Amino acid sequence: MHICIGDYLLDIVQNSFEAESSFVELTITETEDTLECLIRDNGKGMDAEVQKKVLDPFYSDGRKHAKRKVGLGLPFLSQAVEACEGTFTLQSEKGKGTLVSFSFNLHNIDVPPMGDLNTTFVALLAHPLCKELVITRSLETSKGRESYTLKKSELVEVLGPLTTSGTLNLLKEFVTSQEEELKQYQNTPQLDLHKNR
Amino acid sequence: MAKMTLEDLRKLREKKQNEIQKRDIEGKDARIIVGMGTCGIAAGAKPVLDTFLQILDEKKIDNVSVTQTGCMGLCYVEPTIEVIVPGMPDVIYGKVDVETAKRIVEQHIIGKQLVTDHMFDRPAADIIKKDGGK
Repeated sequence: MHICIGDYLLDIVQNSFEAESSFVELTITETEDTLECLIRDNGKGMDAEVQKKVLDPFYSDGRKHAKRKVGLGLPFLSQAVEACEGTFTLQSEKGKGTLVSFSFNLHNIDVPPMGDLNTTFVALLAHPLCKELVITRSLETSKGRESYTLKKSELVEVLGPLTTSGTLNLLKEFVTSQEEELKQYQNTPQLDLHKNR
Repeated sequence: MAKMTLEDLRKLREKKQNEIQKRDIEGKDARIIVGMGTCGIAAGAKPVLDTFLQILDEKKIDNVSVTQTGCMGLCYVEPTIEVIVPGMPDVIYGKVDVETAKRIVEQHIIGKQLVTDHMFDRPAADIIKKDGGK
């Protein structure tokens, strides 16, 4: 089971990369009441038959590890969403791509903490199978609204390949500055129990 | 920290590159590969990745390749990472927490000595490729 929302995002967006997508979009929209996440890719998609099975933790297409009988990414997410009055939808078309969207009710006591989004974004942008990723993160509260966008191709143009420790630390500094700016508009301080996650 | 623009980032990178050229290159050609499968993530691979970046930054080592892969078949000792240093055997370390990450950088990458108490052999037999993964 994953501990924080950043971990679920890492897991699910990686599915898009592994589906041979040339373009992946991650949108995170937060208000005082809800957190909505949307992951859209143009990868190989799934037919209706497979879509019925992916929430079964004992289903895997066996392509990555021939003898493994588990696939826990989406089942973990749907379980977490169920535990805290969230929503989960999966739309996919074979050959066209997949859309996963989910939301959490932030007032529910069982909602996972956000975790370290900066490292989540750095890991996703630097993932070796990530061709293009556009992350849009926004927060709207009674204090105001702030948003930022991270586009892999733009960052690579500035930094070069996102592969070495020096470059990744620069990327993290950049992402952190965006997230810090946005957090000024946060109204309810989040529980800090998992600040190292 | 004020919100950076892409232009700020470009300037910072140029400044950094000038500094790098003045330093001896430590960790050149070393690679750290973090297992980021569902098993790795659940066991804390994300903070481990971040710890490696932080330690390398503190030690001003900019040249280590830090990348990610899926499950390496050692789900029972996650988080797992592979370290490849020229002239040393490729090693998969398991149960890597913040303290271990620090030791791996200091002892293996800088000191060129294995951290033997965190070694858990090769990937599990059922995912080893027939050609040995080459």
